[in-house]
Amino acid sequence: MEEMTLLQEIFDGLLGLGLLWLAWRSLACTDMFKAIVLFIAFGLLMALAWLRLEAPDVALAEAAIGAGVTGALLLSALAGLTSTGASRHEVEQPEGVEKQTGTLHRLPILLLMLTAALLGYAVLSLPSHDPGLSAEVAENLASSGVSNPVTAVLLNFRGYDTMLEMAVLLMALLGVWSLACVESQRDSSADPILDMLTRLLVPLLILVAAYLLWVGAHAPGGAFQAGSVLGAAGVLLILAGWRLPSRLTGWPLRLVVLSGPAAFVAIALITILIGGRLLEYPTEHAGTLILIIETMATLSIGVTLAALFLGSSPEHEEKQ
Amino acid sequence: MEMVYMSLALFLLLNLGAGMWRVLRGPAEVDRMLAAQLFGTIAVAVILLLAQFTGNAALRDVALLFALLAAVTAVAFARRSWMQQKEDHGSN
Amino acid sequence: MGLIDYLSTILLIAGGIFFLAGTVGLLRFPDVYTRLHALTKADNVGLGLVVAGLVVQAESWAAAGKLVLIWLLVLLAGASISYLIGSGALQRGIRLWKK
Repeated sequence: MEEMTLLQEIFDGLLGLGLLWLAWRSLACTDMFKAIVLFIAFGLLMALAWLRLEAPDVALAEAAIGAGVTGALLLSALAGLTSTGASRHEVEQPEGVEKQTGTLHRLPILLLMLTAALLGYAVLSLPSHDPGLSAEVAENLASSGVSNPVTAVLLNFRGYDTMLEMAVLLMALLGVWSLACVESQRDSSADPILDMLTRLLVPLLILVAAYLLWVGAHAPGGAFQAGSVLGAAGVLLILAGWRLPSRLTGWPLRLVVLSGPAAFVAIALITILIGGRLLEYPTEHAGTLILIIETMATLSIGVTLAALFLGSSPEHEEKQ
Repeated sequence: MEMVYMSLALFLLLNLGAGMWRVLRGPAEVDRMLAAQLFGTIAVAVILLLAQFTGNAALRDVALLFALLAAVTAVAFARRSWMQQKEDHGSN
Repeated sequence: MGLIDYLSTILLIAGGIFFLAGTVGLLRFPDVYTRLHALTKADNVGLGLVVAGLVVQAESWAAAGKLVLIWLLVLLAGASISYLIGSGALQRGIRLWKK
């Protein structure tokens, strides 16, 4: 029906324009708090855009990370910034820096516009219905151990990339922990309503994380999505004033944070020893191996995200 | 029936756009945060409509996630980011 | 369109009206507390009616259950956040609007 396509086009067009406008306003805003809220709205619209592009796995990840954990992280960072005396309303210019309007100042803008134009040309000159590698993926799906093509690509066909991504997340945490002067914020004791909300939401979040982990084998879901939901549960706990008991902040915490990348690397080494090729799972065990990797990854991503939100390293936390 | 889903989704998206005005204007930070909460609820409704429209039930999981996580951002605001000093909050 | 479709359409449109009310309230009301009030209308009734309209069309009991669960979660989150923001606003001395 003609009206249907028209409605969809209007919807998609509005979504696209909204995304562009939000990106511009969020970056151009001088009030930091306003910029953060616009950024959260941007994440929301981005998730809708992924849905319209028929990528529910990415939409799940965007919803969990972009609209949830990142929003909380930015708000907390702003609070930490302003508690040290910086103003949250104006992005301050350092003294002595005049506004530069010469050609050197214009060069990055020109480069960006050129890159955008080239990208636009490249995208527009692609064949309009290029299936990419989806035919090959569909052919080999049966031997991959799962029936969700996205999970198959992430955990099996391109498992190498995912393994490196997990290492990147670990390194981000190490970077934050190595900033010795980061002080975590003291939260006052939670009032009863927040307490009740936390007690209700956190078990639910854990359950949803487990559900996403399990369902990722045959429907949109998977380790990153489940891990970020777990991370959101951790963020909620931290905000309600809960902290890990000190006997767990030493090596048990580090063990959990390492378990994701370590499991991946261990399985990679095993596959080299068995068959001689990196991350080539034996077909009959592929499903089980993927499940093991995903479970470890979920735990580790969740704990890493919560630790990133907390900010200070465990030793520093104990000293306070 | 598809028409109803899609046109309501479009209508809700326009509502979301209108709510942006409160983010830009809202004299206090809490007003901007309220607008963000509204966006979250509108997004849940839009996703549920899209799920019915495309027939893809997996989209409902995304709506579930949105419903859960909208709370986390708001709690982060209420507990960490809200400025402590007294604000003079006039109308509009 | 069958009877179910008509019922569904009515519920959905009613839900849309409440969403509109929520947005207009957010834009037009004079202070935080009244805007919070408008917001909860969109959350509770607006989303509730939309969910009701979709439950009628749901393909299975499990799907209907998931829809209702989503609505209940939004209710829970909305109620708690409204309390937190409302009491926080009072503590920070935000005055109620007086005509």
